[in-house]
Amino acid sequence: MSSIVNIKGLSKVYSGGHQALSTVDLDINEGEILALLGPNGAGKTTLISIICGIVSASSGTVTVAEHDIINDYRITRNMIGLVPQELTLGAFDTVWNTVNFSRGLFGKKANPAYLEQLLKELSLWDKKDNELRQLSGGMKRRVLIAKALSHEPRILFLDEPTAGVDVELRQDMWKMVRRLNESGVTIILTTHYIEEAEEIADRVGIINQGELLLVDDKQCLMQKLGKKQLLIELKQSIDKIPAGLEAFNLESSADGNQLTYTYDPDVERTGITALLKSLNEVGIVLKDLQTSQSSLEEIFVRLVNTR
Amino acid sequence: MINYQAIRVIYKYEMLRAWHTLLQTIASPVISTSLYFVVFGAAIGSRIEEIEGVSYAVFIVPGLVMLSLLTQSISNASFGIFFPKFTGSIYEVMSAPISFFEIVVGYVGAAASKSLILGTIILLTANLFVDLNIAHPFVMVLFLVLTCISFALFGFIIGLWATNFEKLQLIPMLVITPLVFLGGSFYSVNMLPPAWQTVTLFNPVLYLISGFRWSFFEVADVSVGVSLAMICLFLLVCLVLVWWMFKTGYRLKQ
Ligand SMILES: Nc1ncnc2c1ncn2[C@@H]1O[C@H](COP(=O)(O)OP(=O)(O)O)[C@@H](O)[C@H]1O
Ligand SMILES: [Mg+2]
Repeated sequence: MSSIVNIKGLSKVYSGGHQALSTVDLDINEGEILALLGPNGAGKTTLISIICGIVSASSGTVTVAEHDIINDYRITRNMIGLVPQELTLGAFDTVWNTVNFSRGLFGKKANPAYLEQLLKELSLWDKKDNELRQLSGGMKRRVLIAKALSHEPRILFLDEPTAGVDVELRQDMWKMVRRLNESGVTIILTTHYIEEAEEIADRVGIINQGELLLVDDKQCLMQKLGKKQLLIELKQSIDKIPAGLEAFNLESSADGNQLTYTYDPDVERTGITALLKSLNEVGIVLKDLQTSQSSLEEIFVRLVNTR
Repeated sequence: MINYQAIRVIYKYEMLRAWHTLLQTIASPVISTSLYFVVFGAAIGSRIEEIEGVSYAVFIVPGLVMLSLLTQSISNASFGIFFPKFTGSIYEVMSAPISFFEIVVGYVGAAASKSLILGTIILLTANLFVDLNIAHPFVMVLFLVLTCISFALFGFIIGLWATNFEKLQLIPMLVITPLVFLGGSFYSVNMLPPAWQTVTLFNPVLYLISGFRWSFFEVADVSVGVSLAMICLFLLVCLVLVWWMFKTGYRLKQ
């Protein structure tokens, strides 16, 4: 897969002296959905703002499809659509006018048919003549998405798209993101909700205090850092873990009905076969078996804490 | 390569904004101009003798037009760029493939156009009250256009600089309005005591009003060439300032 956005040694120190980004290197692949995951103040918005041309970098370079974002800004910005974090909209223009305005800003000829289809997809068509100030927060978010897509970008940035958004819009948004992605649009979204990254992304980048801690395939990430747990339900409860099982570091539940075995799924010998054999030997009868994977949340907490 | 489409939508957007606030943009200057005529032209003017062969009511017309043009060009252009900064919707302009030059042409062009329309309306309104003969129509239009553009540009700079509504009003209120009133809108500088005449020469607005008035009556406080030079100089200063803001990303980019 070829990379479409190439970030090298990107740093940002705000005028107040705050270091918002420190030497970030990142390649974004064409056609992927990348989630940038990090707590508030991590530098996610700053990173996106630099790529889109809203904030200037202190040092480092960014290229989009091999064009420098400063020297070839007309080319790079044409390829990019941005849905900002805040509900930043004018007040008195109508939905229809504002999406046409956005399209025009990007130098594209008017295309009412495309914009009509876009507004319909975002359930905004019946609101097209409403003034922006009359819209609810969720509707405003939809308008921002429509504006970002009005010039048919190849790369879409969504900055915390689901903050303060209801379930319906969230589902609509994910549907749209998947459809856009299938049509070849590269998608970068930021979030501090781990479930979100887990649900939608192909790759996840973890960012904290201006540093990109790691970027990896979601699956690899969970495998690399995620231990698996084997939950063993017992036919009869036990008072204490029988002798002979010490090597497995089992934990038993309070009611003695369940045992938990934690293992690393990546190593050759997970120890599961040996455990089952030993359980059989000490006479424990099993009712059910279940495995669970540690979530991104646990991975994230572990990563941030080890720094 | 110029992004004409972007200039067009910004221009159109700004012109539409005036349409939404039609009462404020057009009606209020027309009403206030009419009031000036009633008060200064008819009530007080009838007791003032002619100034260099021009009746007082007619004499104040160019000054009145300039008064409105200056304040409206500034307030229009400054608000036009300040408001998107205030709501945050400026992000869109900043992330679009559009140069600072194109942004300036769009916003300043629209503000200047609106002022031009306004100036025309005021002149037509004035024509209802008095008989206007314009001696040099081309020079008048030149002054009108140059004034609209330079002060719209000046307003744009203020709008970029202002970080809140108070600052937005500050310069127009504390600097421009006094300069316009003291720049000979309602009197000839010759009517002042000699010491004050010298002081007035430091008021840039005087040159504007004087030159503009000359295009009507061939009556001027300073020579029309100097007036033209001054307005061009002011335009140049504003252009340099805007260019510098562009170079540094001043107050737009962090
Ligand atoms: N305009 C600014 N001036 C100074 N500091 C800023 C500015 N914008 C953001 N910051 C600081 O930079 C850090 C990163 O902010 P941001 O990129 O918005 O983080 P995130 O989007 O991950 O929440 C924060 O500590 C924030 O306070
Ligand atoms: Mg943010």
